[in-house]
Amino acid sequence: MWMIGPIGFTAPLLLLGLILLPVLWFLLRAIPPAPIKRRFPGVALLLGLDDETTETDKTPWWLLLLRALAIAAAIIAFAGPVLNPQARAPGNGPLLVLIDGGWADARDWTRRQDRSVALVEEAGRNGRPVAVVRLSDAPEAVVFQTADAVLSRLAAMEPQPFAPNALQGWVDVLPAGEFDSFWLSNGLDHEGRAVLETALQNRGALTVFSSPRPIFALHPASFAEGMVKIAASRLPATGEVQAEVVARGLDPSGIERELARVAVTFPDGQSQTEAAFDLPPELRNRITRFELVGQRTAGAVSLTDDSLKRRKIALITGESDAEGLLLLSQSHYLRQALAPVADLLDGGLQDVLLANPDVIVLADVARLSAEDEKGLLEWIQKGGLLLRFAGPRMAASESAVDGTDPLLPVTLRQGGRAIGGAMSWGEPKPLAPFAEDTPFHGLEVPPEVTVTEQVLAQPGPELAGRTIAALADGTPLVTRRVEGQGQVVLVHVTANADWSNLPLSVLFVQMLERLAVSTRPAVPEESDLAGQIWVPEEVVDAYGQVVAVDDLPGVPGEDLAKAIPGRAMPPGLYAGAERRVALNVMAADTALTPAEWAEGVAVEGIEMVRETALKGAFLSGALALLMVDILAALFLSGRLAARLGPGVAVLILALALMPQGRAQAQDSSLPDDALALEATTALRLAYVMTDDQRVNDMAKAGLLGLSMRLWDRTTVEPLEPIGVDLEKDDLAFFPFLYWPMTANQPIPSSEAYAKLNRFMRTGGMLFLDSRDGGMTGSPEQRRMQEIALRLDIPPLEPIPPDHVLTRTFYLLQDFPGRFIGQPLWVEAAPPDAEQAEGMPFRNLNDGVTPVVLGSADYAAAWAVDDYDQPLVPVGRGNSGERQREIAYRFGINLIMHVLTGNYKSDQVHVPALLERLGQ
Amino acid sequence: MTQAVDIALRPRAEVLGQALPALLAAADHLAGSVILGDHGRRRAGMGDEFWQFRPAHAGDTARMIDWRRSARGDATFVREREWQAAQSVMLWVDPSRSMQFSGDKSRASKADRAQLLALALGILLLRGGERVGLAGQDVPARSGRAQTERLARGILAAGAEDYGKPDTTGLVAHGRMVILSDFLGDLAGVEDAIARASDRGVRGALVQVLDPAEEEFPFDGRTIFESMGGSLRHETLRAGDLRARYLARLAERKERLATLARASGWHLTAHHTGQSAQSALLWLYRAVEAPF
Repeated sequence: MWMIGPIGFTAPLLLLGLILLPVLWFLLRAIPPAPIKRRFPGVALLLGLDDETTETDKTPWWLLLLRALAIAAAIIAFAGPVLNPQARAPGNGPLLVLIDGGWADARDWTRRQDRSVALVEEAGRNGRPVAVVRLSDAPEAVVFQTADAVLSRLAAMEPQPFAPNALQGWVDVLPAGEFDSFWLSNGLDHEGRAVLETALQNRGALTVFSSPRPIFALHPASFAEGMVKIAASRLPATGEVQAEVVARGLDPSGIERELARVAVTFPDGQSQTEAAFDLPPELRNRITRFELVGQRTAGAVSLTDDSLKRRKIALITGESDAEGLLLLSQSHYLRQALAPVADLLDGGLQDVLLANPDVIVLADVARLSAEDEKGLLEWIQKGGLLLRFAGPRMAASESAVDGTDPLLPVTLRQGGRAIGGAMSWGEPKPLAPFAEDTPFHGLEVPPEVTVTEQVLAQPGPELAGRTIAALADGTPLVTRRVEGQGQVVLVHVTANADWSNLPLSVLFVQMLERLAVSTRPAVPEESDLAGQIWVPEEVVDAYGQVVAVDDLPGVPGEDLAKAIPGRAMPPGLYAGAERRVALNVMAADTALTPAEWAEGVAVEGIEMVRETALKGAFLSGALALLMVDILAALFLSGRLAARLGPGVAVLILALALMPQGRAQAQDSSLPDDALALEATTALRLAYVMTDDQRVNDMAKAGLLGLSMRLWDRTTVEPLEPIGVDLEKDDLAFFPFLYWPMTANQPIPSSEAYAKLNRFMRTGGMLFLDSRDGGMTGSPEQRRMQEIALRLDIPPLEPIPPDHVLTRTFYLLQDFPGRFIGQPLWVEAAPPDAEQAEGMPFRNLNDGVTPVVLGSADYAAAWAVDDYDQPLVPVGRGNSGERQREIAYRFGINLIMHVLTGNYKSDQVHVPALLERLGQ
Repeated sequence: MTQAVDIALRPRAEVLGQALPALLAAADHLAGSVILGDHGRRRAGMGDEFWQFRPAHAGDTARMIDWRRSARGDATFVREREWQAAQSVMLWVDPSRSMQFSGDKSRASKADRAQLLALALGILLLRGGERVGLAGQDVPARSGRAQTERLARGILAAGAEDYGKPDTTGLVAHGRMVILSDFLGDLAGVEDAIARASDRGVRGALVQVLDPAEEEFPFDGRTIFESMGGSLRHETLRAGDLRARYLARLAERKERLATLARASGWHLTAHHTGQSAQSALLWLYRAVEAPF
């Protein structure tokens, strides 16, 4: 190959043809443009007229230049120019391709994949055996295979949501012998990388590919100075970069939304910056994660856990606002323990109940008004946590003793006891270790914590079950009772240091945490997590997508405390008994360290310098020049204007109209009034458009068939069905929405879900059809489950024989579609429905089922073509026709059910009404 | 020409002809050549329609007396009839090849337009009871609807020469003649024909049918112009430069024609194939109707 700059030529000899260009120049110059022959009767008038100016017979120079260029381009094209010809000497021997495969790879994974595929393919062409390893996997023996075998595996490879670590483990499993290595690094330094690098260098040439694309990551959020602060890191730290951090969480209707957005700037040379969110507690408690906008990696996602959630706690003490020593106050230690981690509410009980706090602490409050008591009970039953501390007032209270106080977990004995005082026997009692099934299990009991005075519980059969902490002698110290969805907890000592020194110890704070009264301000320590199994509820994949999971094994708290995500412990949200802990890719102190490669290792950019053959470009260039030449020749001979006049006008007109076309395209994102008009001029059945046109057509044909049957047999006269796009169209116009499932249809957006939920709430019916004939675990069914997950669907049951759907128009017990015998799921009847006297069905009065789930491919059974002939065969022979007929009847019943509601069900009252009328 | 074209031409011409009222040609000064037709001359003479009764006087033969009228009184009356006469109009459509020219694919050729005009006029005249024929061809002036067919056939005949020369054979003395041509050939022929027609007391109208391209000369660049038959040829390197001089020559030719028409008492108009045929037909109608 012969090179000029970055361009090489495969057939450079052809370039000699360029010498001919001057010759051509002279030849072309000598030939004037050919004349046009015109038939023209007016020639009689022209005879004898001479040209005034004698035009040169020669071609103008610019036309010559054009032609010369065209021919030069053609000559160069045939000489085979190639941009960036690859001159790399092919290696020999086996080739090992290492891919980091961590979260940082996710930012340009497809390019990494392309790069590795190119490497493997090249090795395959050269007949070299190849092995590809993902370093984030556990080390396993590396086996060289043919390129074909490796390629299929490579295509399915995905990055992992954590950084590879302990790379030295790979050294032992490297195959014997010499081999070359290519390492696709994500640019970060990992544990043991240098060791592996040295080992690879010892075995052969090592080439490293590193992407110049910057890495961004978010650290866990923390709460400080009344604001949520979250640190962001980047690598490399050059140049000023703007970024945006968004906080996401559920809105009050349970749909995930962006709650807040803060712009941050990385100053030049700084690798870290901090975003501060100033949010009201209601909003702050909703945040589930932070994301760096535009960075689709696990590192750019920071999940939040309970540590960010600030509970609202109401503190109410029995003492009046008397002047007193601060340290003797009932609420002083509580305030000290809770103020840094929670929002405290003060005020009267009725006032704080309005604020709906998470916890109400009553410190030695014995007497409550009946109204207060009622309000508190209601609040507890809705999930409140009432924490009571004992005290002299409670000990003296009668209601606490006679068992009439509903806000105490146990009945108290008269008086209480004092131990270790001047007038009593015995020593102050220490605490017993916490039992295993209590929330305090795992907390270390400091020996110096003792109790001198306490209230005592009346012994009873349930006392042991309600005791969650006891003294060394077995006397209950903390008792708890579940009340509705909430609970009542009583600490049998005071909240100040009068009766015990418990409030002075760190155990007090830990116990409050365990009771979920307060929450951790900082990263949980090993002691907080140890002893429990933490089950992942949500995990983050390498691309930063948060996925809810319920089938991953739990991890022991000791591992979780190390906060190093790995194969067994992907980053995500882990739930323990009382709290949830987020495990993020980036810990608070994780730094982004760039990988430093040793001297002698070739580092290349990940961008592939592709060989680009320029022959096509040159040839089309030559062709384009020749086209221009045609125009020029036409122009010279005066034919251009005559021929192109109208064409040019059209072209200009089209160009003038183009911006309007674009403007129209923008308008199309607005709700379509045409659809609204179409949908509201008459009743129309609608179906959800899926990604599969065939399924859409079938759904349309099916609903058309059903509409025709409705016309024929009922007073419902729907017009042609409409397909709706969940993302764009308004669903409010349709009473009934048929949704066929396909295996790959996209999960609707949050907005679409909100629309669907609103649609169902306001009386619409969604008919989901998995079309698979009830095959368990079919992809359609799985998709249906995934889609239904976020729909606001009531409890379902297989259709009972007395459901109103069985008799809205026809009396039916079977609901076949193209398949027969599939169960149909509808909203479950209320559990208290009773069979009416003398009626064959229960009194199920309320509500149209908002959702019907089937699998029998109903649209296919209903489908007709334009001539009202069935499109799809159903069953065989007469029985098949019967099945289709029953399917139609079911469809009619369904539409009747949507349109008339429970009208048929109301008929249960007809006898009673007739009786009342005196008939 | 094929029968198909003939069929197509006639309905089109009839459609055009329907849009005008029937033509009553003024024939007040026609004397010798008058032949009884449908139109009353507003004076007693030979004809079919009743005109008036007049008292019989000496010289009237007994056969002329209207006995039914005379029986009502003592005097004898003679029934007089209205004098009726028909006009003879000869049409000449230039059959030469230059008429086949059309400057644009979307425009009809000049011949097409001239034939259409001529036949439409013929139909109008026939409907008014006039006698219409084709000069230079074996289609003598006759009346009646059947003549339409013969006119259509005759009009469509095409000649082989490049430029046409009006033919005056078959002219009826003191009749009318309509000449449709582009007049791009030698004008001497036209002058000659008009002189011969005038000799026989024939007046008429000249319609110069031109293509807009001939009026504008929208050509440029190196061009070889050829006449339609190829007999004439002119080469130029820059056709655009010739435009002004061509247009001057065309204007001069029109001027000559106008002078000729004025001198001989003929009507002259220029008609472009780009314009509507209706206006030209209207003009022709007026021209043939007008007294000379």
